[in-house]
Amino acid sequence: MFSLHYISEILPSLLSGTTMTLKIFCWTLIGALPIGMIFGLGLVSKFRPIRYILNFYVWLMRGTPLLLQLIFVFYGLPIVGIVFQRYDAALFAFILNYAAYFAEIFRGGLQSVDRGQYEAAKVLRLSYWQTIRKIVIPQVAKIVLPSIGNEVINLVKDSSLVYVIGIGDLLRAGNVASSRDVTLVPLLLVGIIYLLLTAICTYILRRIEKHFAYWR
Amino acid sequence: MLKIKDLTKTFGGRVIIDKLSFDVPDSEILTIVGPSGAGKTTLLRCISGLEKIDAGGFYINDQKFDPYENSGNESVIGVVFQDFQLFPNLTVMDNVTLAPKLVLKKDVATVKKEALESFARLQLDGKEDLYPYQLSGGQKQRVAIARALAMHPQILCYDEPTSALDPELRGEVSKIIKGLKQDGMTQIVVTHDMDFANDVADKQLHVSPIK
Repeated sequence: MFSLHYISEILPSLLSGTTMTLKIFCWTLIGALPIGMIFGLGLVSKFRPIRYILNFYVWLMRGTPLLLQLIFVFYGLPIVGIVFQRYDAALFAFILNYAAYFAEIFRGGLQSVDRGQYEAAKVLRLSYWQTIRKIVIPQVAKIVLPSIGNEVINLVKDSSLVYVIGIGDLLRAGNVASSRDVTLVPLLLVGIIYLLLTAICTYILRRIEKHFAYWR
Repeated sequence: MLKIKDLTKTFGGRVIIDKLSFDVPDSEILTIVGPSGAGKTTLLRCISGLEKIDAGGFYINDQKFDPYENSGNESVIGVVFQDFQLFPNLTVMDNVTLAPKLVLKKDVATVKKEALESFARLQLDGKEDLYPYQLSGGQKQRVAIARALAMHPQILCYDEPTSALDPELRGEVSKIIKGLKQDGMTQIVVTHDMDFANDVADKQLHVSPIK
């Protein structure tokens, strides 16, 4: 059963599953990173109500399983008349969940920038947004990169949770083939593909970290 | 001429500065000396607009101004911080030219030319592409001075300029400060280093803690 012939037979379905996994991965990052950054700024805001609301949101998103959130959005919300397509439901839940983790990471990064940096910018009469853009974000980016990288690797694997709402991702493709043909091969291949994806992510993250190594 | 009138600053009900008045004539060096806890740094922070004052006012050539809300077109106060607070993510050149470009909206060529002249004077030639972590303490301080000067302030303030430096570099700083005086810069120096204060001061303000 471990023949090249069999592998070439199931590979197309595994690859189309991989495409779905990558789509969820990419769109979640594209959505959750900017939202997380803005929420992170909100978490250190001087305006208390914003902090309370965002802290509650972060607590809710990090305090409940992502699996529950997926089920809630796709199977639960229709009960009260809010209906999502499978794929939209998955992205909605993933982006909200990951934005909460990113917000916490950015909060920590923002708080580790020396207050003197803001003061130096203020006496040079830079505006708040000029300070954030030119001074704070570059410094925060460098600080948060390793933690963000961790979450990115997690996301590659977490994306397999969409299985539960019936999306044809990589894991589902492997599982279907494995139970249909009664063989471990597809599951092994699925594992290898996840390993490759995380290896690529690790490599890219290292490159980005290196890019930020020009100052310290 | 900078005039400070009846300046009062409290922190949570505790009076730190009580109705302080003094003036700094143009092109002179005022040193503010006194023991720690006397409010020297607080005073400097009020002058540079980092603390809101409770009462009193600042006048420059008899025009009232509020450093805390300073948003006009003119730069009144420049500050050289005790720990310099250079931006670690920017090169020496970018540290110095960022604010003139973004705030004064000057064109890049002019700003760079000015910066290079300033580097030549402050013995920073050839350092423009380095990052702050690659500089010595004295070099960092001179970049901080260049950065403040690039905004063409009317008054330049220093918070403990000798505290982060090796003793043998004190002479260098006092040379720079005196050199800027020759160019007409009005300067305020907060320090607890009496020898240094006596060396540079035209005028001295002694402050002591309020009982």
